[in-house]
Amino acid sequence: MAEEETELSEEQKKEIAKWFLLNAPAGEIQYVAKDLKSVLNDDDVYNEAASEAFPFYNKSHMICLELPGRFGDVLITSYGELQDNEYLDPKTAQVAIVDHVKQVCTEVRPATDEELPSAYIEEYRCALEAEMLKYVGEAYPKGFCSVYCINGKDVEGPGSDFEFVVVISAARLSPQNFCNGSWRSIWNIEFKDDIQILELKGKLQVGAHYFEEGNVQLDAKHECRDSTMFQSPDDSAIAIASVIRHHETEYLASLEASYLNLPDTTFKDLRRKLPVTRTLFPWHNTSQFSLTREISKELGIGK
Amino acid sequence: MEAAMGLMRRMPPRHSETTLSALLSLLPHHSSDLLSQVDLPLQVLCDVDSGKEFILCEYNRDADSYRSPWSNKYHPPLEDAPYPSSELRKLEIEANDIFAIYCDQYYEGGISSVYMWEDDNEGFVACFLIKKDGSKTGHGRRGYLEEGAWDAIHVIEVGPEEEGATRYCLTSTVMLSLTTDDESSGTFSLSGSIRRQMNMNLAVADGHLCNMGKMIEEMEGKLRNSLDQVYFGKTREMVCTLRPPSEVAQMRLPDS
Repeated sequence: MAEEETELSEEQKKEIAKWFLLNAPAGEIQYVAKDLKSVLNDDDVYNEAASEAFPFYNKSHMICLELPGRFGDVLITSYGELQDNEYLDPKTAQVAIVDHVKQVCTEVRPATDEELPSAYIEEYRCALEAEMLKYVGEAYPKGFCSVYCINGKDVEGPGSDFEFVVVISAARLSPQNFCNGSWRSIWNIEFKDDIQILELKGKLQVGAHYFEEGNVQLDAKHECRDSTMFQSPDDSAIAIASVIRHHETEYLASLEASYLNLPDTTFKDLRRKLPVTRTLFPWHNTSQFSLTREISKELGIGK
Repeated sequence: MEAAMGLMRRMPPRHSETTLSALLSLLPHHSSDLLSQVDLPLQVLCDVDSGKEFILCEYNRDADSYRSPWSNKYHPPLEDAPYPSSELRKLEIEANDIFAIYCDQYYEGGISSVYMWEDDNEGFVACFLIKKDGSKTGHGRRGYLEEGAWDAIHVIEVGPEEEGATRYCLTSTVMLSLTTDDESSGTFSLSGSIRRQMNMNLAVADGHLCNMGKMIEEMEGKLRNSLDQVYFGKTREMVCTLRPPSEVAQMRLPDS
């Protein structure tokens, strides 16, 4: 059962270290990093693994970092990534320069014109952003949201397709209560100019970790699609926000339903609360019981 | 070791085997500590004599062979392997028979195994194991689960008899994972493990099996309950904190 005792190569150690970092639950990568450092006992391997794993983790968890100089916050996502450590905040048209391993934003610079969408696109983007901020503010007590143009940002006017991504990221970290969790939504919205339709694709992911005297994790994922009409910037934005609100509200209700089904249906297929006989097991009668066990067994199965 | 256990506590429970083998390869010198402190989902083998499956653990292992509680034979065969005394083996046989019925009544399927061995202080140790596959392709009667596993490990140290009573120290671990999957709600997956202890002084007159059985039944009930109510409940609370149900959000508006 014991693993071979041969010394691992640096490369193998680094891969293992990355696996630990990337599998850290929401908000726990720094804790995992601390334990990992002491298990590895090799700073070079750790630093190399961290420099590769942290950017990936930060983007996939869509972490939120504070911009220096009261510009607000920036979400770290692959959609806003300009370079390895530069992330666009479309809201403020600022670019955040981040330190991935420390998970802080060190500097901020204004975005260049080439990094921003055309005026035509920006009108749609801004309108959607305003609607989404309103929705996220209402629905998520600690939610952050960004709207990126990922295709056709230089389109100057009607006649061409373009595509936006709305990301919503809400994390709640309360390590003192042994509980962390995150909600991530990614909505792709294709503006199809020729058929005047907006196609929406949503990917929702919810995770929670409770670890007081144990380790229990929720991992839930859902994908959905919908469409709406291509209208003016303001009307499109309202339509998109209402589609997203509808699907996310439904998804939350289905999560609630999954939880409600647990005790009496789902969990029962693992272990019943009471035996099939609906009374506690007759341990006091085992001597008698073992004489008649064949019969009891048949009865037990028969029910 | 402390850091290693910290990592065990944070990595997804469904990857516990990968986590452990990663830790074993990083910390080869702590392998026996790790193996004794980390519980993993149970494995089974089929007893060639009886055709029944039995559960593998550290307590029925010698070298690379495992002793079946049904035939008392090691698989694969092993010379000079340890066996319980004939008196303890008698209790072990009885325990296996009764525990199989207990397992059937609570789990509606599943595999159970009980192993016993003498310890150094005139008492003995018993290990009760249950493995249940509750998925719809396994033993899930209701067919709700895409994937569902429950593994329970109960180790009871039974002390020597003193004035008609004996001390029982029970350590129980339950590991479980369940996944439901349907088009309208996507995949919903919960997994976790918890471990608890319980000590009792009980009269020997009732018999060891009765005493141990009652403790295990009570403990399993508690563990199931706390997983269901407390642990799953906490993750549910977290979901509602992240995005409160709309009724709550609406109720807040008049207040603010």
